[in-house]
Amino acid sequence: MNLTLHVWRQKNTGSAGRMERYDATDVNPDMSFLEMLDVVNEGLISSGKEPIAFEHDCREGICGSCGFVINGIPHGPHKGTTVCQLHMRHFKDGDELFLEPWRAKAFPVVKDLVVDRGAFDRIIASGGYITARTGSAQDGNNIQIPKGAADSAMDAAACIGCGACVAACPNAAAALFTGAKISHLGLLPQGQAERDRRALGMVAQVNAEMFGTCTNVGECEAVCPKGISIEVIARMNADYLRASWKDRGARKESGE
Amino acid sequence: MKLDSRIPQGPIETAWDNSRFEMKLVNPANKRKFTVIVVGSGLAGASAAASLGEMGYNVKCFCFQDSPRRAHSIAAQGGINAAKNYQNDGDSIYRLFYDTVKGGDFRAREYNVYRLAQNSVKIIDQCVAQGVPFAREYGGLLANRSFGGAQVSRTFYARGQTGQQLLIGAYQALEAQVATGRVTMYPRTEMLDLVVIDGKARGIITRNLVTGQIESHVADAVVLGTGGYGNVFYLSTNAKGSNCTAIWRAYKHGAAFGNPCFTQIHPTCIPVSGDYQSKLTLMSESLRNDGRIWVPKKVGDKRSPSQIPEDERDYYLERRYPSFGNLVPRDVASRAAKAVCDEGRGAGSGETALGVYLDFAESIKRLGRSTIEERYGNLFEMYERIAGEDPYKVPMRIYPAIHYTMGGLWVDYQLMSTIPGLFVAGEANFSDHGANRLGASALMQGLSDGYFVLPYTLGNYLAANKPDSLKTNAPEFAAAMDAVKDRSKQLLSIKGKRTVSSFHRELGKIIWDNCGMARNAEGLRGAISEVRALREEFWKDVNVPGSEGELNQQLENAGRVADFFELGELMCLDALERNESCGGHFREEYQTPDGEAMRDDENYQYVAAWEYKGEGNAPELHKEHLEFAYVHPAQRSYK
Repeated sequence: MNLTLHVWRQKNTGSAGRMERYDATDVNPDMSFLEMLDVVNEGLISSGKEPIAFEHDCREGICGSCGFVINGIPHGPHKGTTVCQLHMRHFKDGDELFLEPWRAKAFPVVKDLVVDRGAFDRIIASGGYITARTGSAQDGNNIQIPKGAADSAMDAAACIGCGACVAACPNAAAALFTGAKISHLGLLPQGQAERDRRALGMVAQVNAEMFGTCTNVGECEAVCPKGISIEVIARMNADYLRASWKDRGARKESGE
Repeated sequence: MKLDSRIPQGPIETAWDNSRFEMKLVNPANKRKFTVIVVGSGLAGASAAASLGEMGYNVKCFCFQDSPRRAHSIAAQGGINAAKNYQNDGDSIYRLFYDTVKGGDFRAREYNVYRLAQNSVKIIDQCVAQGVPFAREYGGLLANRSFGGAQVSRTFYARGQTGQQLLIGAYQALEAQVATGRVTMYPRTEMLDLVVIDGKARGIITRNLVTGQIESHVADAVVLGTGGYGNVFYLSTNAKGSNCTAIWRAYKHGAAFGNPCFTQIHPTCIPVSGDYQSKLTLMSESLRNDGRIWVPKKVGDKRSPSQIPEDERDYYLERRYPSFGNLVPRDVASRAAKAVCDEGRGAGSGETALGVYLDFAESIKRLGRSTIEERYGNLFEMYERIAGEDPYKVPMRIYPAIHYTMGGLWVDYQLMSTIPGLFVAGEANFSDHGANRLGASALMQGLSDGYFVLPYTLGNYLAANKPDSLKTNAPEFAAAMDAVKDRSKQLLSIKGKRTVSSFHRELGKIIWDNCGMARNAEGLRGAISEVRALREEFWKDVNVPGSEGELNQQLENAGRVADFFELGELMCLDALERNESCGGHFREEYQTPDGEAMRDDENYQYVAAWEYKGEGNAPELHKEHLEFAYVHPAQRSYK
């Protein structure tokens, strides 16, 4: 099959970008989307042009490196699939595809389809962990965890940090990402000691990074390649509210 | 070069405890005066960096990805072994040790493996404490599954995403240290050279992958946790960015390279579908618990699998290895698949039919679809996405692919290379897996090295090396930076006709054909000269577009491929030198009448440690003899 691509080209963060048109010819339906771009890039290099920069690493849908918007949908049209696992059999001859980077103020474009998602790391550093100094753990079976809780924690922990949720959100909110981590750790008995601190710290960092506010649109859930439910946002909001209330009381008591 | 393995004396059961007691300690107040560089943020690198940060060292951690959470450990699916014996099925530290030494075909150090088995139980505890959501039984206790090469259930797992969950645990611990300021994280930064001063590792040269800036970093010790070199084969299950540059630079500065030819072919990967293919995808070995592997009995049988009646199917693993059946170790399963395909009995309708069936029909009938879905749901989905077939209805087609490299930089018992102050952890070292790694052992080794070995052994080294005032303005750093810049300039100035990928693909094919699942002297000799010729062509005719001072993915890749050429040649040389078959190294000249690997313990019971002798000179082979005082070497039998 033959496709027409319109790709966002931008030299670096500081410069302006624009859409450019490319032809992808003789595309094999068994190729992945990124393999199709590999072939386009080989052609660009051979004709003395600069290849399209896009992020990728594992190409099995788990590292979270890849992702861009295809015809307005982050990771493209196939549900529950990262762009590296999206195969060309889902497209048809003559399709015209528009490829753009994640669009969000908190994710500045680095080059072409590559964006800077460092904000996600800083959100995790602001409380997205359980403090367990190496060597201090008790036997793993001393903490019994009901299967249901372990399964729900795992559902939330499946997040790959790709950023599609932010790209899909009309407000560019990071609620699904942050809620997933707060839920993963908050659903486990090990995560209780730092639960309040975690919610306060992570939400404060989300705001500092200039992500938007969640208005329950639900676009994030629709595009999440790991199918994370917006239930995690409700859990985040509940944890945040409860922690804020308790925090307020504690500050009053200590005369702050 | 003299290899001093620093293996402790005395009974194996207490050796690690005793050697820890003998190690020197760094006073808590002095720890912050030491800077440690950790390159790589996978299981080994992230767990080491986080633990060293917690202890109070000043840590700088580097990764080429945009976030440390993306390191390729994340893609490990099946699980992590630990000798907990929670299933009461006779497991013990000694049995895990025994299985690993035997599984590695008697080419690993006994004392290292024993320590690994001891640490395995602590790893599970540590990860549970961090909030890793391991699978649980209804009673709330940890669940286990079995894996190839073992007859007990000792594998802990988090659905089919165990590597992801363990890495996220280590990554979160790392980010917590970043928040305290004890670890500084350098994402999108690639190590391009090691700086050795007065014989000791004292820093690295890096390239900022966004700005192209070349920078120097000074430290009191350097840890490489940069993973394996499977991408020398071009098509592998490794991430596209996985590369050998860090360990290869260290090799060229005098770190011996251990057993480069020991590479692992994983038996259950999705077969190659076309020449545009950029990577191969693994289907977890855990699938072999419930899937039965078969091919048609008849040569050239092109019928679809549902048309082939039961009595015309050859369940060749169950037939050849009745006691382990579909759960034989990876090297054995891979070779058996190759053998039936070479006979022309491969599955599928294509010309070459390189594949075998992995069939779940019987398990689905016995256990019900929902149980299979629970155990392997995400793997089945992944298969369907890639292959376009529903494995609940049609058997999967699988074929072996390069997956892991047991070889790597040679390290002593304390994980220090032959360059003092340079430590190597995880897949990057020549490791505890000998000539073949058992399933669910890579995660175990990475975390054992990072959480429970390096924090002690690094302290032991630092305590004997007082902090000094070395700065990056030392002449050695300036010289190394110039060399790195010159190399980039050279790559960009060739302006030839061929793309970097086209060279990489060709190199991979040479290595796969001659130094892959089966090797022979003639093929290896031919491969060495082919690789040399191709490398020469690369430096004359490669086309690297763009410039140095920007994000330039082609330039990054060109530097990595240039190193793969040199490593590929060393792999062939090592394979040629080892005139025996052991584990993943199968030399066709050395096999038993029924096609099993034939070791030569009298002449080859050693670790091959190669020393770089300068451009154009042959590397020198050093041998570390292996002692087996506990597990007596015997021909591995899984019959």
